[in-house]
Amino acid sequence: MRLGRFLKRMGFYTLVTALVIFAVWPFYWMLVTAFKTEHDLYNLKSIPYIFNEPPTLQHVNWLFNNTQFVRWLWNTLTVGVMVVGITLLVTIPAGYALARMAGRYSERLGIGMFLTYLVPSTLLFIPLSPIVSRLGLQDSLWALVVIYPTFTIPFCTWLMMGFFKAIPIEIEEAALIDGDSRLGALAHVVMPLSLSGILTVVIFAFTLCVQEFVYALTFVSSTAQKTVTVGVPTDLMRGDLFLWGSLMAAALIAGIPMAIVYNLFLDRFVAGITGGAIK
Amino acid sequence: MAVVAREGIVRFRRLLDRAEVLGPVFMAPAILYMVAFLGLPFVLAIYFSLTNLTINNIQTGFSFVGLRNFIELSRDSIFQQALRNTLIFAIASQLLSIILGQLTALVLMQNFRGKAIVRVLIMLPWAVPIALGVLGWKWMYDSLYSIINWTLRAFHILGPNQWPNWLGTSNLAMVSVIIVHAWKAFPFAAVVFMGALTTIPQDIIDAAKVDGAGFWRRTFQVNLPIIAPIVSIGLIFSTVFAFTDMSVVWLLTKGGPINSTHVLGSYAFQVGIISGDIGQGVAISLSLVPILMVAMILTLRAMRRREI
Repeated sequence: MRLGRFLKRMGFYTLVTALVIFAVWPFYWMLVTAFKTEHDLYNLKSIPYIFNEPPTLQHVNWLFNNTQFVRWLWNTLTVGVMVVGITLLVTIPAGYALARMAGRYSERLGIGMFLTYLVPSTLLFIPLSPIVSRLGLQDSLWALVVIYPTFTIPFCTWLMMGFFKAIPIEIEEAALIDGDSRLGALAHVVMPLSLSGILTVVIFAFTLCVQEFVYALTFVSSTAQKTVTVGVPTDLMRGDLFLWGSLMAAALIAGIPMAIVYNLFLDRFVAGITGGAIK
Repeated sequence: MAVVAREGIVRFRRLLDRAEVLGPVFMAPAILYMVAFLGLPFVLAIYFSLTNLTINNIQTGFSFVGLRNFIELSRDSIFQQALRNTLIFAIASQLLSIILGQLTALVLMQNFRGKAIVRVLIMLPWAVPIALGVLGWKWMYDSLYSIINWTLRAFHILGPNQWPNWLGTSNLAMVSVIIVHAWKAFPFAAVVFMGALTTIPQDIIDAAKVDGAGFWRRTFQVNLPIIAPIVSIGLIFSTVFAFTDMSVVWLLTKGGPINSTHVLGSYAFQVGIISGDIGQGVAISLSLVPILMVAMILTLRAMRRREI
């Protein structure tokens, strides 16, 4: 009996370890690569997992001094902030209307909105390009600012609707009876109560923008306009050679902080897809 | 004058207080945005697919060619390969990520020391932007310095003369892109399963235990029917992402070697954007629509089932 339980525990911890190794293996290798000397990196005789020569900052320095990495980070931030702004302006009223006012069509409208989140970038990127050039936005960050809301709006409207539905309607009615207008009640009563919901929408819209790759690859080609997800894989090479040390440093510096923020909001995100409303 | 203006403002305010007026006003920006940048491109896609539009004749004029683009596709062996690859890629990576996701969910539902940190680590592949995470794999699959090969050799799984070129051989390249996509998707599957499992009321589990239902019976006859509608929406979404994705393939192989890993998304990009054959490229993209329609119908069904 005791042996049985021991074996069960062993099996459990083996499984945990295996899953963690599978998930983290690439990141560990990226981390080691980012700080290895070239000589150590391309030496097949030594053990690759450890530093056989003292770690170096040369790849990180090169990244910050000889590439547009900082520019790409800045571009990503700019696009993210602009898109979050547009998303909030559009989805707060839409979510509110779906939660409270659109009458018998509201549910269908909400579900229709939600389903457009399924429409993939690989379906729209070609026909979007004449629209982008008609707007005079070829090869510009602003093309992304215009296009990204097409995938933030559906999902964030759905999330906002859930948040607004969770607020008891009585609170709002009390404000209306006290002589507040409907817009006033929204601004003074409903919005302050849904601040955490709005924050969730901000984080999601932002992370979705940072993660996006296909549209950025399609619509931006000059180095100075690239976002980090496109700049790092397409620009950090000399001729055909990948600069692995700097590439890995760039991927970690840009990726890990984003991943940690995202992690904190993961449960809400999944609840949004599968549950509609957040408890 | 001022009185009239103020009366106008007051009347306007009253009008906005009425739900049947304010509702549409509030919905309008969202709907207009989606019509302009999602609806319009979709209609354009259908229109372009019926023309011989390319990047060269976009100024000088192009003409209507009927279904020629689609007929050409049906004879195009690369397209057929891409279609097959898309099915293999999506189904294999989904299965793999569901299995790994289930295991992860089972593990993370238990209490053990260090669980919080384990959770963060396991979620990393999904939380890191895909374009950056894939770069790590590209380096792991390197033809000369692959750490995967080094490790397999260290454990004597590979012999002294074996050094597989992961991204350079057709079949292996397909396996490689599938593994990476499953790596990215399995944490999401895990969270979906966990979210669903926590919705099962404890008294139902207890009742089943009291009635003598064992682990398997509880899993398949009690838990599964309860979580199915919740899990299915999450899985439909990730299946659609797998069918329509091109980032993993593009970043790792660009569809190579010799088109052997092209999926519909990457082939549409190759033809429509890089080669500039817009009509043909759009026709490839449109072949994703049937998959999308099925997914939408299934989502609607799952939503309805959940409400009951």
